Amino acid sequence: MSDLTNFIATNADWFYLVGAILFVLTLRGLSSPKTAIRGNRFGMAAMAIAVITTFFLAEGPILWMIVGAMVLGAVVGMWKARTVAMTQMPETVALMHSFVGLAAVAIALATVLHTEEAYSTITRLELFIGCFIGAITFSASFFAFGKLAAKSWAKTLVGGWVKPVQAILFIAMIGFGAVYFMTDSLPAFYAMTVLAIIFGWMWIAPIGGGDMPVVVSLLNSFSGWAAAGIGFTLGNSMLIIAGSLVGSSGAILSYIMCKAMNRSLLNVLFGGMGTTAAAAGGDDGAPKNYKAGSAEDAGFLMSNASNVVIVPGYGMAQGRAQNAVKELYELLKEEGVNVRFAIHPVAGRMPGHMNVLLAEADVPYDDILEMDEINSDFASTDVVLVIGANDVVNPSAKEDPTSPIFGMPILEVTKAQTVMVIKRSMSTGYAGLDNSLFYMDKTMMIFGDAKKMVEEMVRSINGGGH
Amino acid sequence: MIATVLAAAPAGAAMSSTPFVAIFTVFVLAIFVGYYVVWGVTPALHTPLMAVTNALSSIVIVGAMLQTVTIDGSVFTPTSLLGAFAVFLASINIFGGFAVTERMLSMFKPKVKKAPVVDADNGGDA
Repeated sequence: MSDLTNFIATNADWFYLVGAILFVLTLRGLSSPKTAIRGNRFGMAAMAIAVITTFFLAEGPILWMIVGAMVLGAVVGMWKARTVAMTQMPETVALMHSFVGLAAVAIALATVLHTEEAYSTITRLELFIGCFIGAITFSASFFAFGKLAAKSWAKTLVGGWVKPVQAILFIAMIGFGAVYFMTDSLPAFYAMTVLAIIFGWMWIAPIGGGDMPVVVSLLNSFSGWAAAGIGFTLGNSMLIIAGSLVGSSGAILSYIMCKAMNRSLLNVLFGGMGTTAAAAGGDDGAPKNYKAGSAEDAGFLMSNASNVVIVPGYGMAQGRAQNAVKELYELLKEEGVNVRFAIHPVAGRMPGHMNVLLAEADVPYDDILEMDEINSDFASTDVVLVIGANDVVNPSAKEDPTSPIFGMPILEVTKAQTVMVIKRSMSTGYAGLDNSLFYMDKTMMIFGDAKKMVEEMVRSINGGGH
Repeated sequence: MIATVLAAAPAGAAMSSTPFVAIFTVFVLAIFVGYYVVWGVTPALHTPLMAVTNALSSIVIVGAMLQTVTIDGSVFTPTSLLGAFAVFLASINIFGGFAVTERMLSMFKPKVKKAPVVDADNGGDA
């Protein structure tokens, strides 16, 4: 063993400490877009330190196998990172969560198979917890990936049988885990892992697409706890620290998302979807009238306004309309209109989804405001343009105590003078709720594909402005 | 026999003799650090936050590498193969996660205070 090898191996914990500090700074950097890239680089450095240190620490490492697996993973990862479209970020993130979960399962199994010796009680407990968290993260995230990517196999499960089956799976999983814990029985460990994988799937399958921001955040948190679990098994504080940082990050995101929907986490996870409450709110059977308008009218109105707020929702992502929206934004700016964007925390399919899409289209972040920053400005806004958002602007959340979304904080667009809504049809949003905003006198509905309609608005302003 | 297995295994590294309460302390304190740091993250960067935390949790690669070892002189064991598979998965996330975060973050730009350029053609001469 050379001096260097020896030095690194005996001081490994110090190197891991440096890595852990850099990990904290990585997250710290994300407090502002100005420092975020530097933070990301700290994260890369920390990872490099951790991996290199571990090379020296491992006893009898199979170098070609490790390096080969790394190179293969790097190629796949870099290729995916370069080619993925920003509209596909939610499903990509979910898929990556499932990889962390599967890796944790593989490591736990590898550890269990490593020696004939019985592990200590505490190690068995750690392995058992680490493995089932990893297994649930894996299958639940994989389902979330399928759901977000609209794969045909990711079907939402409905029916009264789902909850009892979930409960039985969960109890059986814990039961086999306990058997492993007490008797060190390998078959029990395998059974627990398989049950955890099935449970993870069954757990997320009943949850609808609109609740995916919460689910993705929660699985983010889970992937962190899975890493921390492996850290406990190895007695490695860097893994524990990184895992806890990720775990609390995901937990906070889930909390923010739940709060923005005025629902508890338990309600999202075990309450099924809001679809059961469909049409319960506000539908008194009376025919309701709405005004439909054209994109040209909308373009005219906006170019003559002095304050315009654009509210993007999932419809913008679905219609890939962000670049057209950016064009509209620039054009209105040139006409001297004060244009800003209002983002609801649960707009889209994951936290921050809209911000990334608008950033991709080159909209400066200073003009993109959060709900709390912009809500007081709607009263002085001439025109609000809602693009493919529904529940986040539904006034029933404030006014109708019988509405299932009553109490949910919304963007208060009804305070503006005119509201224009781009929507495919009058059908209800994912929550299955009618939106009284659409029937207000000040509201004009523009039916059609988000991208096409925004492009038409741009054309009408360009053509009719002079 | 058993002694060699234990010696060849990264038993010292894998099964630390550190008292459980010591690493549990680290765990609890790290959660507190995470709590305060993450509340400081601006909501606009929540998607990059998820991508980078994905890369961060792939620190499990350390555990995977410690299992990709020869056992009793044999290279192909269930343990080493599972370890290598985990190294592969974690590497996808590490490289992919940091790269996609970098790509997203480079898109976030502040407002540029530019002269009222209308025609690109006329902007150059003056």
